[in-house]
Amino acid sequence: MVTATSPAFKQNARRAIGDASLQKALANSRPQFMARRARAVAALPEFEQLRDIAREIKDHTLAHLDFYLEEWESKVLASGGNVHWCHDADEARAAVLAICRAANARTVTKGKSMVSEELGINEHLEQHGIQPIETDLGEYIIQLRHEPPSHIIAPAFHLNRDDWEREFRKAHTDLPADRVFAERRDILTEARAKLRQRFIAADVGITGANFLVAETGSSVIVTNEGNGDLTQTLPRVHIVVATIEKIVPTIEDALSLLRVLARSATGQEFSVYTTFSTGPRRAEDLDGPADYHVVVVDNGRSAMLGSEFQPMLRCIRCAACMNHCPVYGAIGGHAYGWVYPGPMGAVLTPSLIGVDKAGNLPNASTFCGKCESVCPVKIPLPMLMRHWREREFERHLEPAAARRGLALWGWLARRPALYRLVTRAGAAVLGRLGRKRGRFRRLPFAGGWTAGRDLPAPEGDTFFARYDRIGHAHPGRPDAGEGTAGRGRAQ
Amino acid sequence: MSKDTVLTAIRRGLRRGPLGEDQVAGLRARLAAHPRHLIPGRSRVPHTEQVALFVANVEREFGTVARVPDLDAVPESLAGYLAAQNLPTEIVMAPHPELRAIPWASRPLLRIREGRAEPSDTVSLQHAFAGIAETGTLMLPSSPERPTTLNLLADTAVVLLRASRLVGAYEEAWDLLRAEIGAMPRNVMLVTGPSRSADIEQSLELGAHGPRRLHVLLVEDGGTPSG
Repeated sequence: MVTATSPAFKQNARRAIGDASLQKALANSRPQFMARRARAVAALPEFEQLRDIAREIKDHTLAHLDFYLEEWESKVLASGGNVHWCHDADEARAAVLAICRAANARTVTKGKSMVSEELGINEHLEQHGIQPIETDLGEYIIQLRHEPPSHIIAPAFHLNRDDWEREFRKAHTDLPADRVFAERRDILTEARAKLRQRFIAADVGITGANFLVAETGSSVIVTNEGNGDLTQTLPRVHIVVATIEKIVPTIEDALSLLRVLARSATGQEFSVYTTFSTGPRRAEDLDGPADYHVVVVDNGRSAMLGSEFQPMLRCIRCAACMNHCPVYGAIGGHAYGWVYPGPMGAVLTPSLIGVDKAGNLPNASTFCGKCESVCPVKIPLPMLMRHWREREFERHLEPAAARRGLALWGWLARRPALYRLVTRAGAAVLGRLGRKRGRFRRLPFAGGWTAGRDLPAPEGDTFFARYDRIGHAHPGRPDAGEGTAGRGRAQ
Repeated sequence: MSKDTVLTAIRRGLRRGPLGEDQVAGLRARLAAHPRHLIPGRSRVPHTEQVALFVANVEREFGTVARVPDLDAVPESLAGYLAAQNLPTEIVMAPHPELRAIPWASRPLLRIREGRAEPSDTVSLQHAFAGIAETGTLMLPSSPERPTTLNLLADTAVVLLRASRLVGAYEEAWDLLRAEIGAMPRNVMLVTGPSRSADIEQSLELGAHGPRRLHVLLVEDGGTPSG
């Protein structure tokens, strides 16, 4: 499996904030993603209803996952394909390697696949003398740079144009050193020519899957470049690597999910190539692979079923959550330290590599709720991050000072009269001290907070005091008169 | 065996054993009926408006459309397009009976080879099974008469679509496929515009690994898929 630097999240984040090149890339790319999604959603009046439908389809499928997987398998076999069931990453790597060896493969082209990153397929093939070649443009350059993707649909999110030029000059030494990259198009054209040769020479093509369809035994991929289709069409052998939760019952279910996928991801109405592959080439076909394999992997998903994290298995990997996340926007993807960044990564990573390693990720949230509001399958990401915080606390994984602080607060919060007395005194003192500036640059015992930003000064009053005074005075408001009940809940 | 390990782990998570017969029957019925979900209203319009919506969507996605009155008019339209784009007149064409029936001899300068596409091909002519107005999408199922490489390898992909094969939503195109082809073809591509990438600074560039140009020859044969 890929080495995780998630335990060093704080150092990673600090480095990312000071990285001028990364900050330039983030400032350029993020607003474009958000604006494109907003335009696509505005152009489809039924979008909100389609989100509910998408969520229902995924929930129905997860509740009957065993049934749909077996149905799907029987359809793959009936169409002449092969299914390899794998419990974990080791089994999946071994299965992929065995297929490649049986095909006497020397080079393998790859379509972009996050699960392949998760399983460490490339490293495993390289160790056994088989060369994997990433063909998605963004994956191609990060493979040249020996780094992981920083975003689940735009792997080179962190790079600027000059990074591309520098890397291509270094890698493509057979081309004239003084060639000019006048436009971004020139970079693209060079990659296209280089990879064309690779597509033609490859013995095996490996893709992921956006969906597996039980009704037909199909694997579905969605791309804009066409690299995924060249990968699964030209070589003799096509291997699909997918996790168990990618299954959907029918073509109609897949189509409904596709309606929200591209709009949430790139803000396109539909991706350029949406391709359903079912088995190997038929007897009379003029092209297509002679062998079709699906390596279907659990790798921690079944352990999420039935837990509070089951809704995370609805994820269709659109990246809307990270595109809209202020934390991702400040630190980029690499700081998260493993394969999946942003809010979906903050929930998924602790499930897959352990909360002891990735407990910092769900803490890196402002709980602004933007991620949940744009999620096409309505995953309650902030709530799931809160569950991880609770687990982390239960397992005593937080720093001692944080635990002592929380324990003290918990003790106080269970004693309402004392709580109000202390908070009223605190608000009064801090309010008076901070009246002039309105905020504090430094405070005793709060250095962790004030080192990075100012603490706003309280207005001299507590919420409870103000609510007692003003809350009851607006009988026209819908929540008026529920003051007692509201306070009861707060206690 | 890993299959059993995976299925057992799933059932353990779901806190149940294998599903009972009644439940299995219910789920099989859902698979057999493959019910449609909500279909956006934009494509539920009369056929002439669907054609207009299709054309507008193809053009918005950086494709081009030439509307021709019948198959006899195809050679002239295609030759004109290639000349205007300054493209060679050598074409690799899908061995589809409908394309073969076109009177190519009327344009002897067009040199046509039938078969799958090779990396050296610059212009391909494919036959569309259906068009989908909703997003300006072409449905291209693989078959001996419709090789997949024709969708991918040439710099310029030309696709012939009869207006009578144009439907509103994806679901309608799949119903045609189920009714006319039956078993799933090896590959069904839904193509919306030419190949592109935004991986360099999120700036859109056309012609990543697939065709740089997508040109639709829309034959206005006056019918609709049902009639």
